[in-house]
Amino acid sequence: MEVNMEARRILAVSISKLYASRSQRGGLRLHRSLLLSLVMKSARDIYHSSREEDAPSGAQSAPEEPMETSSGPEVPEPQPLSERNSSETVSEESDNKAKDYDCDTVDDKENLSPTKQSRKRRGKASAAPDFLPNKRARLEPGEERYSAPLGSCRVGAGESLATLSLNQVIPAF
Amino acid sequence: MAGVAGGNDFQWCFSQVKGAIDEDVAEADIISTVEFNYSGDLLATGDKGGRVVIFQHEQESKNRPHLRGEYNVYSTFQSHEPEFDYLKSLEIEEKINKIRWLPQQNAAHFLLSTNDKTIKLWKISERDKRAEGYNLKDEEGRLREPYRITSLRVPVLMPMDLMVEASPRRIFANAHTYHINSISVNSDHETYLSADDLRINLWHLEITDRSFNIVDIKPANMEELTEVITAAECHPHQCNVFVYSSSKGTIRLCDMRAAALCDRHSKFFEEPEDPSSRSFFSEIISSISDVKFSHSGRYMMTRDYLSVKVWDLNMENRPVETYQVHEYLRSKLCSLYENDCIFDKFECCWNGSDSAIMTGSYNNFFRMFDRNTRRDITLEASRESSKPRATLKPRKVSTGGKRKKDEISVDSLDFNKKILHTAWHPKDNVIAVAATNNLYIFQDKIN
Repeated sequence: MEVNMEARRILAVSISKLYASRSQRGGLRLHRSLLLSLVMKSARDIYHSSREEDAPSGAQSAPEEPMETSSGPEVPEPQPLSERNSSETVSEESDNKAKDYDCDTVDDKENLSPTKQSRKRRGKASAAPDFLPNKRARLEPGEERYSAPLGSCRVGAGESLATLSLNQVIPAF
Repeated sequence: MAGVAGGNDFQWCFSQVKGAIDEDVAEADIISTVEFNYSGDLLATGDKGGRVVIFQHEQESKNRPHLRGEYNVYSTFQSHEPEFDYLKSLEIEEKINKIRWLPQQNAAHFLLSTNDKTIKLWKISERDKRAEGYNLKDEEGRLREPYRITSLRVPVLMPMDLMVEASPRRIFANAHTYHINSISVNSDHETYLSADDLRINLWHLEITDRSFNIVDIKPANMEELTEVITAAECHPHQCNVFVYSSSKGTIRLCDMRAAALCDRHSKFFEEPEDPSSRSFFSEIISSISDVKFSHSGRYMMTRDYLSVKVWDLNMENRPVETYQVHEYLRSKLCSLYENDCIFDKFECCWNGSDSAIMTGSYNNFFRMFDRNTRRDITLEASRESSKPRATLKPRKVSTGGKRKKDEISVDSLDFNKKILHTAWHPKDNVIAVAATNNLYIFQDKIN
């Protein structure tokens, strides 16, 4: 589905921007990081809502469940934003092509790290597992940073790449 | 189509351009702020390298009274240097974010310049005389041998070549955790405010070790952060009133008489969002990048990514005027997000009589809107149209399929050539437009 792919692309671009901004002169810019996280939230919400629409199959939801949070502390998110995005998904795209699950699953498996389950508390904001390793580490400013090349859609699976989740972008300040 | 003004038709023509012609632009030379002083006699620019250059308006030549005088370099100094915050392991950029002049009270000129963390008050003064005939030292300044001093004389002031000195008189530091985006001098000429992403502080110009925090929107839990302060300005006449804009496209007007901490606004300006235009990037493009009061103090203008809005301070629920700057970019937001242009912060300005407003765009285009006639014009700051007193030709971006002659298509626009900073002379029709590392000065043609 177009919207889905667009959302994925935007999400990937946003993440690479977030990584790049960490090595920027002058330090992390709060305003820019906030805007990036808002775009990521929109993209993620649309991506997931469009996947939920198309994917009632159990095979798909099983690997997703450990990553989606239905329990656990919710990160307080601006509710109107999520609502608007959901309605936008429905109204914007009348094109509801069926997703190619197999393709996606194969792609996703490339990026899934061995540890699917994590004992760490997971906020809803961190549920973007398909193209990111789900192992998260909190990056404090001053800690060693890893920068992904700009424009790369994939944060490659690998030993020590850290994932930055949405609800940890802002508290990094 | 001729230029923009209230009633009369003005023609904008090229006057001067400052800066290197090199294709290879050094990052430090990129102009980051432009500001006329209260009389319009002085024009200050700040750049990414932390330097301030001040131009002064030369008197019109007696031989050619129909031409306005030119702006020539008056003073250049290094305002800010790069610093390092050891606690946070962060470099603090020396880029000058804003310059604001103080009203002139004596022979010297004062301005405030700020980078991300520190505000400095600079005194710019002229020295055109020096004392000669000291008793204890000779003309080179060396101490004279005591036995050589056989008589006393009174030193005399002799004229010398004009020297313009800039000295930092106050340094206002360590008051901002986040990046300073605005400074604004109050109409009482004693205080000024500085704003960063989450807080606004009120300073007294004489006191550097203390400031009052008047707005604090930092949430207890940073995970709950939904908006930041993007700009702030003091009211031009009411010293108790100021406004600040947010990344959500809202403006809050606060009255300092109401409470010490102005977290509760007196007025809240917001235009309801058009649900049909929602996209991934709606939040980004609604973020306000600049807010400016009109000279009258009755209106204020805000700039977001695609438009400029004029608000009547007496009406909070919607702007009284909206001008589209480059609506043709709405369909390109995704690309503009990828190349980072969507984060560009454009400024806007009023002319002296508040009848016209100006703001920048891409491809070195800038736009002017006449509030009375509702006419608008797009002009370009380019070396090609930089012949002395050459009239600027209006430019047009073609949005439809068919591109007319002399029009430029959206895809041909150079997004690296952006005009973020412009300034309008407070009294005359003279404008200063910063195009990357060049400063263009345009004037209307007096016939």
